[in-house]
Amino acid sequence: MLRIFCPYCEEHREEVEFHYAGQAHIQRPSVPDDCSDETWGAYLYFRNNPRGQHREMWVHNTGCRKFFNMCRDTVTYEIVATYRLGETSVPNSSRAPHD
Amino acid sequence: MSKKTLKKERFSGFGLVKHALTYHTHWQPMWRNPAPKKHYDVVIIGGGGHGLATAYYLAREHGITNVAVIEKGYLGGGNTGRNTTIVRSNYLWDEAAHLYEHALKLWEGLSQELNFNVMFSQRGVLNLGHTLQDMRDIQRRVSANRLNGIDGEVLDTAGVKAIVPIINTSAQVRYPIMGASWQPRAGIARHDAVAWGYARAADTLGVDLLQECAVTGFEMAGNRVIGVHTDRYGKIGADRVGSVVAGNSGVIAGFAGLTLPIESHPLQALVSEPIKPVLNTVVMSNQVHGYISQSDKGDLVIGAGIDSYVGYGQRGSVQTIEHSLAAIVELFPIFSRVRMNRQWAGIVDTTPDACPIIGPSPVENLYFNCGWGTGGFKATPGSGHVFAACLAANESHPLAKPFALDRFYSGALIDEHGAAGVAH
Repeated sequence: MLRIFCPYCEEHREEVEFHYAGQAHIQRPSVPDDCSDETWGAYLYFRNNPRGQHREMWVHNTGCRKFFNMCRDTVTYEIVATYRLGETSVPNSSRAPHD
Repeated sequence: MSKKTLKKERFSGFGLVKHALTYHTHWQPMWRNPAPKKHYDVVIIGGGGHGLATAYYLAREHGITNVAVIEKGYLGGGNTGRNTTIVRSNYLWDEAAHLYEHALKLWEGLSQELNFNVMFSQRGVLNLGHTLQDMRDIQRRVSANRLNGIDGEVLDTAGVKAIVPIINTSAQVRYPIMGASWQPRAGIARHDAVAWGYARAADTLGVDLLQECAVTGFEMAGNRVIGVHTDRYGKIGADRVGSVVAGNSGVIAGFAGLTLPIESHPLQALVSEPIKPVLNTVVMSNQVHGYISQSDKGDLVIGAGIDSYVGYGQRGSVQTIEHSLAAIVELFPIFSRVRMNRQWAGIVDTTPDACPIIGPSPVENLYFNCGWGTGGFKATPGSGHVFAACLAANESHPLAKPFALDRFYSGALIDEHGAAGVAH
């Protein structure tokens, strides 16, 4: 089971308190009516699926109930960092103490 | 390169007796371990059931025998050897129902065709309903199945109890059993035997099986694949390449610069210690999420759900197992003290509509057969059959056409989350 640092509660909690919420940082096409089927299909259905570091969203649903971002390795399951929604890059390690 | 294939001895009861006289010391090897040729007509990446079946049907149905199957581990060591062996075809939508029924019909003659006992046992499958909405969905799905020529019945609680006397039909539980759909022709098969049977049959027809050899990239000429790079044998040329690698499809696609609408998740299963025969059918429940059967050896074979997050670790979370076992124990209180023996996970390639992707890719000469997600084992013969047709003719088999990659741009998805709702 993962031990996840919630960047809002600022505590490590067990995985069962959280829910996975899919890939992070997906950009919705700004004018959906104008984009091609390829662009719209890519936005709706195509996701990163790397062997390695993956940026994803989680929600702390039995805690603060807020969504946040995580950078996690999909092979080792090491959590590199968690950071707040709206932040686009992994902050320095002092904010997200995942060893 | 002339490589005369070994004349294969046919398996039979008489052969068993004959070999007993020499203490079973003279059995032929099941397949060769050949050195690769420089060039193949078709290279198949992935030596699981689907890949080996593809190679077999390419040779058998289309006469294309200059074929290699490249497997990074050992044959059938991925999801083929990690699933819960359930075979059924009671899918809701026409496209999926036709594809899985095609597979089921091939299963019915498979042991004879391959001259290898795949232990296919048509012991039926029950899909339980626990709510009024479950029962409405079951009515609808069984009606759709029957219109498609697929066997199915709707049972009430007493009907379920008559088939599985040990099931708990009390009305006092959190999710009482209100009924079920019943497909008598469904069942289970011996998963390893399916891989071995196809491998042996394909090898007999001249297919090269290259094990412990990982594909590390593609040899490209513009937007065209002309071969594969491997860690063990270097470059191997190919007119066409078919990728049949389940959870690692995204990695293979990445070698050609492609992205697929696939996310990989660990899916777990576990088996108990062997016990005496107690359950002679397959029981599945979407609502409480559990599915169970008993193998010929006597172990209870239980499937859990997928881990919610993307992952390539062939293990899995303990809370996922706990959730499924809680459901199993409520359905079968008699199993509450059975001890579990082994647990494992396979990496399943899930798509947004729980249906596979079969056919050409945007890169020329590169074809994908992937996205079978949590329920690919049941389709093994059909999947190989239609994919072989696609590789041979450079156009999709009619049954596979609706499963092309472009459905994610056209919007013509085939939403099988209902019939595929239990991960299995």
